[in-house]
Amino acid sequence: MNVNKVLKALLIAVPVMTLAACSSTSSTSADDGLNSGVAEPVETVQVETAEPVMSPAEQMRQKLEALRQENTIYFDFDRATVRPEFVEVLQAHGTFLRANPSVRVTIEGHSDERGTPEYNIALGERRAQAVQSYLQNLGVSAGQLSTVSYGEEKPVDRSRSETGFAKNRRAVLVY
Amino acid sequence: MMMNVLKKTLILTLLLVPGLARASLEIVITEGIDSARPIAILPFSFNGTTRPTENLAEIVSADLMRSGKFSPLARIKMPQQPNKASDINFAAWAKEGVEAIVVGQINEIGIDRYTVSFELVDVLKGNSGPSSQMLNAGKLVTSNEHILDSRETTINGGQFRQYAHRISDIVYEKLTGERGAFLTKIAYVLVQPDTEFPYQLVVADYDGVNEQILLRSKEPLMSPSWSPDGTKLAYVTFERRQAQIFIQDIYSGRRTVVSTFPGINGAPVWSPDGESLALVLSKDGNPEIYTLNIASKALRRVTNQRAIDTEPSWSPDGNELVFSSDRGGNPQLYSVNLVTGTTRRLTFEGEMNLAGSYTPDGSTIVMVNRMQGQYHIAKMDRQSRFLQVLTKTNLDESPSIAPNGSMIIYSTMHGSSQVLALVSMDGRFKARLPAINGQVKSPAWSPFL
Repeated sequence: MNVNKVLKALLIAVPVMTLAACSSTSSTSADDGLNSGVAEPVETVQVETAEPVMSPAEQMRQKLEALRQENTIYFDFDRATVRPEFVEVLQAHGTFLRANPSVRVTIEGHSDERGTPEYNIALGERRAQAVQSYLQNLGVSAGQLSTVSYGEEKPVDRSRSETGFAKNRRAVLVY
Repeated sequence: MMMNVLKKTLILTLLLVPGLARASLEIVITEGIDSARPIAILPFSFNGTTRPTENLAEIVSADLMRSGKFSPLARIKMPQQPNKASDINFAAWAKEGVEAIVVGQINEIGIDRYTVSFELVDVLKGNSGPSSQMLNAGKLVTSNEHILDSRETTINGGQFRQYAHRISDIVYEKLTGERGAFLTKIAYVLVQPDTEFPYQLVVADYDGVNEQILLRSKEPLMSPSWSPDGTKLAYVTFERRQAQIFIQDIYSGRRTVVSTFPGINGAPVWSPDGESLALVLSKDGNPEIYTLNIASKALRRVTNQRAIDTEPSWSPDGNELVFSSDRGGNPQLYSVNLVTGTTRRLTFEGEMNLAGSYTPDGSTIVMVNRMQGQYHIAKMDRQSRFLQVLTKTNLDESPSIAPNGSMIIYSTMHGSSQVLALVSMDGRFKARLPAINGQVKSPAWSPFL
């Protein structure tokens, strides 16, 4: 109800303030706050920025950096099924790998510390393979994908608590 | 109950504090000492100028106590401290309930040369008094029937610890009829996260002393297995960021890669004849058991299942492998006859059974058993299929059996550390070997050396 009023007021205020900012060498902090807060919905002005030209290599690097931030898929106890919540993550990796067929990724499979080291190596491999075949189903070529299982040998959390175990049951995509 | 524990702790403190202060893996007896036979290892007398750095009697005492079969008398409870059998006041020892006594002497005979002699004496026979004198060819002689063994040997200053274990072996065998395993070694993986080489392959005397690092790695090391002659270890290394199986000569340090297929190269176990390794490969898609002839490199596939098959272990005659498989839904133990190919499921009790291995006499299988989410070491009689859980510790794994079948060493949690622990084959005696620094994994008990 009042939102509309505020918006209207701002629509008028913003250009005024922009002018004010131009005409004076200093601007108050209140002005800055308003400026950044409402720049988006304004239709009376259009702000354009110059895009720095990125080479394809740079674009790829940036994309990779983003993918590296979200490169871990977690699993249930004694299971190697990809949970629905990780579909999006894998799709992002799949799209990138399809677009960049020269890029190779190693999928590391890990387990928690329960059970025996040898069985856990097998379980870790199952998890890595589950991710591998998921990506292949998305059209990633087999030659881009390799797997290695570290079983329970490289836990990220050594607390041996339920939350620690959950963090350790994972597959990690390593570019 | 509480009193019992207290009493035990007291006795053990008295026994352990002087004996094991130097050991890098201190042993804490957690259960079962009350069922052990009372025995006394007297301090060896010393005649010379340069005292040996190791205390023979303390090492022998610790060995025998750790076997779970003997309870050595604390020194302060000893009624006397003779150094030869003829000076023993048997009545005084019988009163203490002691069954057998070890007395001995060390004589320095030259630079870094010592003569060590000892006698193992049966208190009951010795205490039968005058009747131990008898007529032999018309002469009155003293019977030596109460002296069960006596030996003399010459060693140098660096050999005291080893010779102490030798004495323990002799005493143990005389009193139990079973070969002692005190001159054996263990191999294990030490993990020290956040160091330059977090993964280390270590061998040590069976009691954790004389640790020797054989390999340092930035990447995981797993599954050491001894060659039957005790000169080599097979193990898994990830140094190339993939699993590979290497054989390393313990004494020369020479390393040879024996398996480097795509996927898992895991769980190597030496065959009893030393010619082959059983191992796990997933080169064809999922983990299967193979045997590999080390000399000819001939590979033989043993299992063929769309399931996890892993953790092979040889029967003592080399004709059979026990292994873990989740072909039935959850992991259980199976055996496969290598001659006929017949496969049989062995375990049905518990949510999971893993890491099976045969005892040296082949009568029993030791394993990791999961019940109600708890992982413990268990054993199963092959004939009766009776399964007995042996441990109460937390997250037990990697059981390895002493070559005389008397004890199992395994890895478990103590507080937030992974440590090694011992349990006697009957489950009555338990001890812990806390690591000072880091996580200790994958213990493997050597054969007789």
